[in-house]
Amino acid sequence: MSTPILEMKGITKEFPGVKALNNVSFRVAQGEIHCLVGENGAGKSTLMKVLSGVYPHGTYSGDILLGGAVQRYRGIRDSEHAGVAIIYQELALIPELTVYENIFLGNEIRNGPLVNWNETIKRAGEMLDKVRLKVNPAAKIKDLGVGKQQLVEIAKALSRDIKLLILDEPTAALNEDDSANLLDLLRGLRDQGVTCILISHKLKEVIEISDSVTVLRDGQTICTLDAHKGEVSESALIKHMVGREIDNIYPKREHKAPGEVVLEVRDWNAYDPGLGRTILRDVNLNVRRGEIVGVAGLMGSGRTELAMSIFGNPLGYQIKGELLVKGKPQSFRQPQDAIRAGVAYVTEDRKGNGLILIQDVKENITLANLHAIAHRGVIDSNAEIKIANEYKVSLNIKTPSVEQRVSNLSGGNQQKVCLGKWLFVKPDLLILDEPTRGIDVGAKFEIYTLMNKLVDQGMSIIMISSELPEVLGMSDRVYIVSSGRVTGELPIGEATPEKVMQLATN
Amino acid sequence: MFFQNLQKVLRQNIREYGMYIALFVIMLIFAITTNGTFVSARNLSNLLNQTGYVAVLAVGMTLVIVVRHIDLSVGFLAGFIGAVAAIAMKNVGMPAYVVIPLMLVLGTIAGLITALPVAQLGIPSFVASLAGWLIYRGLLQMVTESSGTIIIADNAFNAIGNAFIPDLPLGLLPNMHKLTLLIGVVAIVLFVMSQISQRQKQEVYGFEVLPKDIFALKLVFVSVLVGAITWVLASYSGLSWTAVIMLMVVGIYHFITTQTVLGRHIYAVGGNPDAAELSGISVKRITYVVFGSMGMLSALSGILYASWLKSASTTAGTLFELDAIAAAYVGGVSAAGGVGRVTGSIIGALVMSSLTSGMNLMGTGIAYQYIVRGVVLAVAVIFDVATRRASK
Repeated sequence: MSTPILEMKGITKEFPGVKALNNVSFRVAQGEIHCLVGENGAGKSTLMKVLSGVYPHGTYSGDILLGGAVQRYRGIRDSEHAGVAIIYQELALIPELTVYENIFLGNEIRNGPLVNWNETIKRAGEMLDKVRLKVNPAAKIKDLGVGKQQLVEIAKALSRDIKLLILDEPTAALNEDDSANLLDLLRGLRDQGVTCILISHKLKEVIEISDSVTVLRDGQTICTLDAHKGEVSESALIKHMVGREIDNIYPKREHKAPGEVVLEVRDWNAYDPGLGRTILRDVNLNVRRGEIVGVAGLMGSGRTELAMSIFGNPLGYQIKGELLVKGKPQSFRQPQDAIRAGVAYVTEDRKGNGLILIQDVKENITLANLHAIAHRGVIDSNAEIKIANEYKVSLNIKTPSVEQRVSNLSGGNQQKVCLGKWLFVKPDLLILDEPTRGIDVGAKFEIYTLMNKLVDQGMSIIMISSELPEVLGMSDRVYIVSSGRVTGELPIGEATPEKVMQLATN
Repeated sequence: MFFQNLQKVLRQNIREYGMYIALFVIMLIFAITTNGTFVSARNLSNLLNQTGYVAVLAVGMTLVIVVRHIDLSVGFLAGFIGAVAAIAMKNVGMPAYVVIPLMLVLGTIAGLITALPVAQLGIPSFVASLAGWLIYRGLLQMVTESSGTIIIADNAFNAIGNAFIPDLPLGLLPNMHKLTLLIGVVAIVLFVMSQISQRQKQEVYGFEVLPKDIFALKLVFVSVLVGAITWVLASYSGLSWTAVIMLMVVGIYHFITTQTVLGRHIYAVGGNPDAAELSGISVKRITYVVFGSMGMLSALSGILYASWLKSASTTAGTLFELDAIAAAYVGGVSAAGGVGRVTGSIIGALVMSSLTSGMNLMGTGIAYQYIVRGVVLAVAVIFDVATRRASK
């Protein structure tokens, strides 16, 4: 390894009751792309928060050396000043401001007390060229797609004099094209000498792009692998991450002859008055009993809108078309109606509209079906705890007790709480929107196994996902959506990645 | 060991216990600075009567703030409804037992009207209720314009704000109010029993419970406090009707918020409206319920105030809304939504009115009183936010 630009030595960080980092060592060489992988809760985010000064010097033990000099950050400003730039999963841009205002936010180009807007716009243009983004610098952030916003974030980081660029799951919210584009850009930046730390759950991209990989597990450094020596492979990474070999990440299931149609939409159209455009056109789709139907499509293809429009239309689209549940025409005016008819929807955005983060595990699990544990409107708290504990055990939710706030759980466990909540309404049809986004391999496997068990018991599942292998690995049948239309329907035997991708980009 | 436990428990629950400790300290300070006048039977009794009309507003306001809204219209709504009640009794000759339920219905309707633009069109509640503030202020002046202050002659109505509950016709303890003592004893027994059963349940499920000695200390502390207040009140004239109404309102709302599906739905909407909606909870419905309840409690507040003064004036209700909001914030409600207890808000209301009462007894100038109350509000909220952050 060439000279390290960053060296973290013996970092230990404790929270009340848990040791999040235990004597972690982490070395990043100058000019490399270094991936940091590990299950959720392994300590990746905590390590990066130590590095960026979110946890200031003195709240952890161990040393940080940047370019050989010991660093003692009192806060994020200090680390930024030293040349550490972090781009988080949740973007930190201001939607109502323009691209150029965002790029130089907090780092304004000044003429005395005034902002030099001409220079700002010119420099912003240069930064956008650097990240190969062709947008008008005067466009507002809210009008850009997530992929472009991500690039603006990177441009913002590059506008400062940085030594180290850290990206926390940058492709989690991106479609394949945007992801590929981003990875390509990172390679380009590496060639210009930028050192980059990439946190990612997508092992394929880790293998594709990394020079070296450090694996964390349970707050400890497991190993650092060198890609140029051929040490980085999917099986090696998974083995180190989970401490065991996983032969097949998609558990096998017999594709049985499906039962009767549980839900069907015919000539389904939706118009979003907020956006002022039609978001779904002539969609025809059905789900049978005991079947997993995959819905594949890129970001912005209308997948989530389709689910929302079926699930009681909480966003107020204007809908035309027929919805049949078990053969009976239905019109759901609110999610409550859909739930009563046996439809459940697990959102893609568990923090945004899935969980009540400030409430505890049991309150979240019972929320959608409180009447089942209440007599005349009064909640039976014993029954509530009992139910919550049942789901804690059956879904293997890792929490000290069901009275733990869900904001304190890791992503995978939060997702299991979401699932528990919707299983408790005992639905006939479960719509899963990106059920494994941002969660670790172990939890993914558990969720896949659970899905198989549920359909074996006669439930039907619609799985919306932007991860193609997941759709192909789990579904009995696949619908492909693109620009608000269903562009294809394939039985699993005929669905090849190439075919699906071709229809998705149709 | 005991003191270590105590220290640990206090540190972990500082936010929850902080208000109770603050109230205790404030009362202690005033007891000393007024040579005991503050904790005299007469003053404590008056204090409860003065707190009543703000306390019931604070209870309603807690829920409004929990669902991320605000209602500024409640003060003048209370004043207006007090005036309407006075007119109904004086000019129309309606008896109190007809007027009171009628006013509660009227208040509920007023609350639902405020909720209408908020729930249906997403108008910020600050604006919608500011409009209500202006409208009810105008209506209050309109109905009292010709008469000025309306004197209420109905004794039954005036009893609510001035009289005490009847005593049991028993021979023992001739100088004490027996029914008040009985209520106090029942309250203590119920409290101890419910705490013990809750603790047993938590132990069965393996949840964290207070160490035994601290738990015992808590029971003793609360029992002694309730017992002492009961004893002091009973040695005077007993519980006032206002205090009874206030306790009932708190009791009912505490039950609803902690034990019922409706209460859980309210806190879910406050915690994350989008998630609540997707969980099958109608955010609109909850908005109507919360504002409707606020309107009803505004009417109750107006009745308590008019009854206490035995009259309805043109300025009744001025700034009640801000007192109620201050009480709720002192009591630990969070503007971010989903956090806050009605019991906390009652303590908040008691803290604020103790300050007024105590400083009045000390002869502190009104200018200083405002400043002190402002500082206490700021400190309470800063303390709340700081401890919340620390517990993260």
